[in-house]
Amino acid sequence: MALKNNVPEGPLAEKWTNYRGSMPLVAPNNKRRLEVIVVGTGLAGASAAATMGELGYNVKCFTFHDSPRRAHSIAAQGGINAAKNYQNDGDSVWRLFYDTIKGGDYRSREANVHRLAEASVSIIDQAVAQGVPLAREYGGLLANRSFGGVQVSRTFYARGQTGQQLLIGAYQALSRQISKGSVTMYNRHEMLDLVKIDGKARGIIARNLLTGKLERHAAHCVVMATGGYGNVFYLSTNAMGSNVSAGWRTVKRGALFANPCYTQIHPTCIPVSGDYQSKLTLMSESLRNDGRVWVPAKVEDAKAIREGRKTALDIPEADRDYFLERRYPAFGNLVPRDVASRAAKVECDKGHGIVATGNGVFLDFAEAIERYGKSAAHSQGLHNPGKDIITKLGTAVVEEKYGNLFEMYEKISGENPYKFPMKIYPAVHYTMGGIWVDYHLETNIPGLFCLGEANFSDHGANRLGASALMQGLADGYFVIPYTIGTFLSKEIRTPKISRDAPEFAAAEADVHKRLQGFLDIQGNQSVESFHRRLGKIMWEYCGMARNAEGLKKAIKLIQDLRKEFYSDLFVPGKQDEFNPELEKAARVADFIELGELFAVDALNRNESCGGHFREEYATPEGEAMRVDDEFTYTSAWEWTDVNSEPILHKEELIFDNVELKTRSYK
Amino acid sequence: MLKEKLKKMSHGNMNLTLKVWRQKSGQHKGNFETHKVQASEHMSFLEMLDVLNEKLISERKTPVAFEHDCREGICGSCSMVINGQPHGPQRGTTTCQLHMRQFNDGDVIAIEPFRAAAFPVIKDLVVDRSAFDRIIQSGGYISVNTGQAVDGNSIPIEKDLSGQAFDAATCIGCGACVAACPNASAMLFTSAKVSHLNLLPQGKVEAAQRVLSMVNQMDEEGFGMCSNITACEAECPKEISVDNIARMNREYISATLGSNKTA
Repeated sequence: MALKNNVPEGPLAEKWTNYRGSMPLVAPNNKRRLEVIVVGTGLAGASAAATMGELGYNVKCFTFHDSPRRAHSIAAQGGINAAKNYQNDGDSVWRLFYDTIKGGDYRSREANVHRLAEASVSIIDQAVAQGVPLAREYGGLLANRSFGGVQVSRTFYARGQTGQQLLIGAYQALSRQISKGSVTMYNRHEMLDLVKIDGKARGIIARNLLTGKLERHAAHCVVMATGGYGNVFYLSTNAMGSNVSAGWRTVKRGALFANPCYTQIHPTCIPVSGDYQSKLTLMSESLRNDGRVWVPAKVEDAKAIREGRKTALDIPEADRDYFLERRYPAFGNLVPRDVASRAAKVECDKGHGIVATGNGVFLDFAEAIERYGKSAAHSQGLHNPGKDIITKLGTAVVEEKYGNLFEMYEKISGENPYKFPMKIYPAVHYTMGGIWVDYHLETNIPGLFCLGEANFSDHGANRLGASALMQGLADGYFVIPYTIGTFLSKEIRTPKISRDAPEFAAAEADVHKRLQGFLDIQGNQSVESFHRRLGKIMWEYCGMARNAEGLKKAIKLIQDLRKEFYSDLFVPGKQDEFNPELEKAARVADFIELGELFAVDALNRNESCGGHFREEYATPEGEAMRVDDEFTYTSAWEWTDVNSEPILHKEELIFDNVELKTRSYK
Repeated sequence: MLKEKLKKMSHGNMNLTLKVWRQKSGQHKGNFETHKVQASEHMSFLEMLDVLNEKLISERKTPVAFEHDCREGICGSCSMVINGQPHGPQRGTTTCQLHMRQFNDGDVIAIEPFRAAAFPVIKDLVVDRSAFDRIIQSGGYISVNTGQAVDGNSIPIEKDLSGQAFDAATCIGCGACVAACPNASAMLFTSAKVSHLNLLPQGKVEAAQRVLSMVNQMDEEGFGMCSNITACEAECPKEISVDNIARMNREYISATLGSNKTA
């Protein structure tokens, strides 16, 4: 199979403009007849469904949630990038493009990333027009802040709830189309299979989660916007329901899964506290604008803190190691996520960790509080203010900027982060890998499209902060509404797809059999217990640092786990009822298979790049070492069978516009 | 005494008695079921329920159905009444963010679904809140198609005003306001959306029609009237103010008087 990425000809900056100017159009009278299925209602799915509804397509939209507003995009905190250059600090579409390519460690497709940077500008305008209350300055204009891996201020935000506000904007646009009848919404429906007719994606099998009944839904094409697969690690910042199943089911029908090993481990999350833990909570990267990351320089101080004999406040300034500032003076605390996470791991592995498990570092706001306090005192005309006044004024500024995050931290940890530095540690947060798509965001299955985190498209081996919201909305508002026309313009003579086609009956029977299979095992172990064990294997061998030996071990352990899953699983209840355990069983079964592919991919990639760090490929200073001669390609895996090796297809990455360099943030 | 308690906690030994509402479906009658659970003070409330469910599954019983997803207080999925209060005792906190350190060893905890005629029970603690979606669909948006927007900075908005709109827009659509209200009124939810959009210059064009349509839909869904009890504000996990209700009433009156608009 030759992978055709369908990148248009022409200079990089003109490709998208030329594409839009020359692509075939679908006339309004034909749009009304064409049906599009959208699966998922996060930023990508909701914006895509709304926009295609506005254009006049007949859209059916699916979510497993009780409402489209609950998708996990809602939890994104920090912000959204856009090359507006409102700060006059030298930003441009080119710089956003370049930063994203470099941040992704030169493992993404130039043309897609440039298009993303171009679209970023329109996203902000669209959000403002929808009434998204983005942060503003006193003059009434939009405010910005900085995020990791860049030296300009291009991040727009809505306190620490940017994802919520943007998703509500997209949800409202979707609601408007639902009220007009151009989008039919199916809440509490989970996609469990893709239906292909004559090689094209023509529908899905969805389970009505309330009744358990399987339903056939037909359309001229299918768009998946089903999110990332971080929950393969069990513990992650993803929502409990986030899963890979929709995507994985299409892989079983022939779609390719690209770069599964590219996972983002986010440096600032609340550390794991116990075995019962069900998820991890992120503390936004925006905190690194003002927070300084450190550990005690002396191992004995770290030990004393771990044992509760000392607190952070007992460590004098001279005995603190601000390790990011020390190792990366040019970017300091704002190095990209992969770099910051690895650096924290290095310190903890050396015994400098500050929580009981040994895995934690400090994120300290004391200096920011003092700096803001002095500035506030000055603007109030207070000369020689006392320390108390400075702290009070500074705390107020920090509260205004990050109040909801500090509150969330206190609720979870029980500690006041205004007084004591936060304790943080890296956690799985985002997956750059996903379903392989071409420039049109179309998979190798004609008529099957994939958007947002679910595809592998724009972030290479590491995503920069505030770029996930940008990609989700770019794909949904500004890319798919155009590129889908290229496929649908050839379908205007295709009549309504019938649900009675034998392919639908066969797919439905497959799903029924698979679900019944889980129920019939009647073993002794719960779904949750298998998921936890899978997560432990993944974190141990496929986490922040990987090596060939460990990955081989992981593959064996996952295979054994899979066998045990299919022989000793217990799922209560039955199919034709509301049965959350059965839903989870189907998802965990898919995670187990994906987990194995993940390890296979990580083992294949004999280099370190971005979030994929192979211990064998590191510089003497411990930085990631790419092997460009051999690995400047995207790995797109074709599923064969559980008992045989997946087939690797390579999409060579061609860099015509940027020079491949060693990524340095020093 | 305190030291002893702390020591016990750190070993994860809070012994709790749960009185959990069980109801097979909307058509079946429900009842409270009593369970004993051991928890640690560091657990979230939902993690404590996970422990209960793992125990039930190991006994081959049906686990308690409850809604949850993000577990960080923002998706609005979790919906339960804990000891008579939606989302439990801690102010400004969703159930998923409520931690067991808010409770004591030996406590008896009653757990029920959000109760309202417009939120029919689906199973155990899971209710149908799709009425909220229909209220938004009736007018909780600004009618702007993708691609029609002007430059973001061409609409300056006063910082305080934008902040007020934001405060209203933080609503997570959980429905605690309805569950807290003796009339099961959805005024806080609806008024938060009306305020968010009607405060902003972008939302002014459709302001009158919006408030009429949304209030009308709210009534059609069977939510009750507002009698200014303000329990909604007290229980709202995002601490949304009842000032929004006052604003919606003003908007509604001005949209009705001197206008020939109808819902």
